[in-house]
Amino acid sequence: MQQNLNKLFSLLLAAVCGLLCMSFMPSGKIKPRPGRHTAPAPLKLPQGFTVHTIIDSSAKARDIVVTPQGLIYVKLSRPKNGKAILVLKEGPDGKATITGGFGNYNGTGLYLKNGYLYASSNEAVFRYQLNDKNEVIHPEKPETVISGLKMGRQHETKSIVLDNDGNIYVNIGSPLNSCQEKDRQPGSLGIPGCPLLDSAGGIWQFSADKLNQSYPEGTRYATGLRNVVGMDWNRQNNTLFVMQHGRDQLHDIFPDLYTQKQSAELPAECMYMIKKGDNAGFPFTYYDPFLKKNIQAPEYGGDGKKEGSPEYISPVVAFPAHLAPNGLLFYTGNQFPEKYRNGAFVAFHGSWNRTPEKQEGFMVAFVPFKDGKPSGDWEVFANGFAGVPEVLSPRQAKHRPCGLAQGSDGALYVTDDVKGTIYKIEYKK
Amino acid sequence: MHFTGSVGRATDNAIIHPMKKILVFSCLLCCIAPVHAQTKKAYTAKKVVPATSPVETLKRGKVLYQKFCISCHQVDGGGVPNLNPPIVGTSRIAGKKAPLIKVILNGMQERVEIDGEFYSNNMPPFKTLTDQQVADVLTYIRKSFGNTGTGITKTEVTMVRSGKIK
Repeated sequence: MQQNLNKLFSLLLAAVCGLLCMSFMPSGKIKPRPGRHTAPAPLKLPQGFTVHTIIDSSAKARDIVVTPQGLIYVKLSRPKNGKAILVLKEGPDGKATITGGFGNYNGTGLYLKNGYLYASSNEAVFRYQLNDKNEVIHPEKPETVISGLKMGRQHETKSIVLDNDGNIYVNIGSPLNSCQEKDRQPGSLGIPGCPLLDSAGGIWQFSADKLNQSYPEGTRYATGLRNVVGMDWNRQNNTLFVMQHGRDQLHDIFPDLYTQKQSAELPAECMYMIKKGDNAGFPFTYYDPFLKKNIQAPEYGGDGKKEGSPEYISPVVAFPAHLAPNGLLFYTGNQFPEKYRNGAFVAFHGSWNRTPEKQEGFMVAFVPFKDGKPSGDWEVFANGFAGVPEVLSPRQAKHRPCGLAQGSDGALYVTDDVKGTIYKIEYKK
Repeated sequence: MHFTGSVGRATDNAIIHPMKKILVFSCLLCCIAPVHAQTKKAYTAKKVVPATSPVETLKRGKVLYQKFCISCHQVDGGGVPNLNPPIVGTSRIAGKKAPLIKVILNGMQERVEIDGEFYSNNMPPFKTLTDQQVADVLTYIRKSFGNTGTGITKTEVTMVRSGKIK
């Protein structure tokens, strides 16, 4: 009896203490502040893989490049201390230190090819000549390859990739969600023909070696793409692959046609294989992953069921809606098991518009490929970046994946733009 | 990964949970509400009971928030980094009433800076909400998510809408 009373008393005491503690805790964090000493979120990976963080850079880390010599370049979407490209070196302890920085412009794109480091602002593409150790020779004197690209307030970033034939591909995102007369306004219909497609909402091709190009020198390589962030060149079939951020807010804009739940699950986030001249249908159609069809957009006369014109291409992979694919990388290394060779890793930033469902997709996915085509279903490869069991509001996510790079030894690097953490994922037999 | 979830429950829990009372600013920017005739009618019809009781005001404000604001400003009012501004912990929410009322009535079509961060998505105007509805949803926002602002009355909204208060 006495023992039970003691137990009860202890429980009560614990409860009171708990309540007291809670009452002294701040009622809520307004937003996660980048911190140098934050513990990295542990990741869930397939068996045999390990991960460690090489740095918490407290910066908005986006695209990343790792040179054959192990030098790391990271593009920051906004400069930190006046530097928008960080140079990192990994030490023997597995931690990286910042050894330099240059460039003072917003933007996310970064690509290494043929002795140059290409970097994008939100309106232009620059390149920096490299020496034989892949170090930038004149950090303050980039050459301007392309300039004068359209930049809206939304989807303003310019992702870049090069092929093997001297061309550079640049995404120019649609400045509007769905090309409405009044952006994101309920019931507002689409602008007839969506004329912004003449200079945005697609992928443009330029010469990688000519300077001072703009629209007249470029070719609209593919159109009908709302906003591509992740993209890569597949060397197996010599073809461009892109990840589109699908349109938002079907329910908010057309509540009589779409429930909140349908709006959370439509449309798919699509991976497209792009050939010159392709049209992926934006803003006239979107891809419904349940019907497995391009569906006419409600802004352009759709009712949620009516099929779109057959001229539009279909995705090669359809991911769940709104997960925001920010990085695409075809894996060509030897470190990971055979299954991963030539397959696609996709870094998802995580959703914001699946409310009232919980937010999803703070992860890196994998799609197996054979001969340049998906050869199986996509799967979650690395998960747990959010660091919390559930994300109801995107600000709760402690880390959000963005950029991907392959190290010369075949390790996979993943950047995060919440705390600027860079993860290195390795496989050990 | 599970991509399904219970719709209402998740939302309610998140708003009620004391540790998550964070935001009040959020309803302002993202309320992307379909201002369809049908919707408006339904809400107008329910508005027969005058809004004198603070509890009733908050109840009505919460319903409006969940209908028009939550998709952008989120269950905790935290907004979305880079896109939709938070409506919690900012003087824009707790501060002057008229600018806040104008955001609901006119929307926002410009990039805004809050605490050094930029937010760029457009917010549509909610002109078809009644003055009482605007007052309710703003009062809810100013008193939820950890915000401790004062309420906003129907009369104040009327004055701003008619241009008598600028």
